[in-house]
Amino acid sequence: MIEVRGLSKRYGPIVAVDGLSFDVRPGVVTGFLGPNGAGKSTTMRMVLGLDAPDAGEARIGGRRYRDLRWPLREVGALLEARTFHPGRSGRDHLRALAASNGLPRSRVEEVLGLVGLAEVAGRRAGRFSLGMGQRLGIAAALLGDPEVLLLDEPVNGLDPAGIRWVRDLLRSLAAQGRAVLVSSHLIGEIARTADHVVVIGRGRLLADTSVAELSARSPSLEEAFFELTDGSAEYRGTLGSEGRTS
Amino acid sequence: MTTTTAATGRYRFSHVARMEWAKLRSLRSTWWVLAVTVAGAIGIAVAVGVNTEDAAADLTNNALAGISLGLLLVGVLGVLAMTGEFSSGMIRATLAAIPNRPLVLAAKAAVFGTVALAVGEAAGFIAFFAGTAALPDGIPAPALGQPGVLRAVVLGGAGFCLVGLIGLGLGAIVRHTPAAIAVLVGGVYVLAQFVAVATQALMPYLPIAIVANSLTVAQPMADDQVQFLSPWAGLGMLGLYAAVTLGVGAWLLARRDA
Repeated sequence: MIEVRGLSKRYGPIVAVDGLSFDVRPGVVTGFLGPNGAGKSTTMRMVLGLDAPDAGEARIGGRRYRDLRWPLREVGALLEARTFHPGRSGRDHLRALAASNGLPRSRVEEVLGLVGLAEVAGRRAGRFSLGMGQRLGIAAALLGDPEVLLLDEPVNGLDPAGIRWVRDLLRSLAAQGRAVLVSSHLIGEIARTADHVVVIGRGRLLADTSVAELSARSPSLEEAFFELTDGSAEYRGTLGSEGRTS
Repeated sequence: MTTTTAATGRYRFSHVARMEWAKLRSLRSTWWVLAVTVAGAIGIAVAVGVNTEDAAADLTNNALAGISLGLLLVGVLGVLAMTGEFSSGMIRATLAAIPNRPLVLAAKAAVFGTVALAVGEAAGFIAFFAGTAALPDGIPAPALGQPGVLRAVVLGGAGFCLVGLIGLGLGAIVRHTPAAIAVLVGGVYVLAQFVAVATQALMPYLPIAIVANSLTVAQPMADDQVQFLSPWAGLGMLGLYAAVTLGVGAWLLARRDA
């Protein structure tokens, strides 16, 4: 369970996140949608204690992130940018993280097998393709077998088989009773993966509802998304905005 | 998915130190830089030893000349141990695993400092024996049992470790590799050149001068113009520099967004 309450963050004059509140409940996949620059990644970094909010707070199972006893056993996270050193092998990267939370080395081999990197894990991670890098990030998120998962754009760089694998993985994790928050630019992918959806624009909450309910409002989830975020997109080409002003 | 060990207790310094050791040892650059440093220290000791003409010189200090030159490398290694995390994004994985940021820097300093100390001491002793063995016939080699000799060798290794820790602290403060290396080189080497010309009163307090002229001397330096710090005062001063840079680095690490 993730509870976000009144979270705000500004970077100089730019308000990235503005009084955002929502819950990520266990047992369901919650999609996190919003145009580029809407504040999704900033929100995730604040939940993880990486960026300090200017106001509000985020709690995981009732605790602030910095008060977690074994963070990796409680929360697994995949961030949008790479979070591994290019000179270290995938296996050594995971072993270092495992050591930090008292996890056995055998668990490293398990997650490597789970994400399909067992045979290339000895290679320096800097030589990994985008998709392999994403798989390493997912392996790190799964390392501590956490009850809460946050994944920022997990299907970035994955091929169709990889995308389907992530979809099935996220659904099975939720089915095991875990709380899963996943952001994606691919609305169709969220429509197929998520049960619940949180939509933000310019750092503010636009919708917090079930995928079924939101889809029912419009011909599709994509249409519903554009109706919600119209006027709150940070970067939009002229052509795109004309095509959507109806 | 299997269930891992029951989550009792919480992470402690020993867990963080194990993570930092796993990180340090799994980068090839760590071992390359340390190997080059030791080889350089030995090579310089032999070269200086072979070319010695003055039997009255501080032959111990001469044999440890390579330690002073290797400071730059261990300092850069210290910088990279921190800035490499920022440039690669690894810092976010590290801090998500261990949200207690001062604890992360403390563990990093303990692990890196221990490795740097071990390598520094090894370099010091091997350079001392190699350099003194290379002395020409007729020039008596200093022995570890003579006054100040063992102290000079041991403190040389300690100075090597402390400069590495100064680099680590600078890396946490500056975060960007080229800028942090520039500050390190500027502070340890370039500044020394300017100070030597301008205000000699500051000379004894520069890190390079402390290692070369305070820590690694068996006989007190006889210089009419500059009064260098005693070996132990020099060790204290260098330790203070390391403590201050690491302290400021930890404070900034805890305050800034990752």
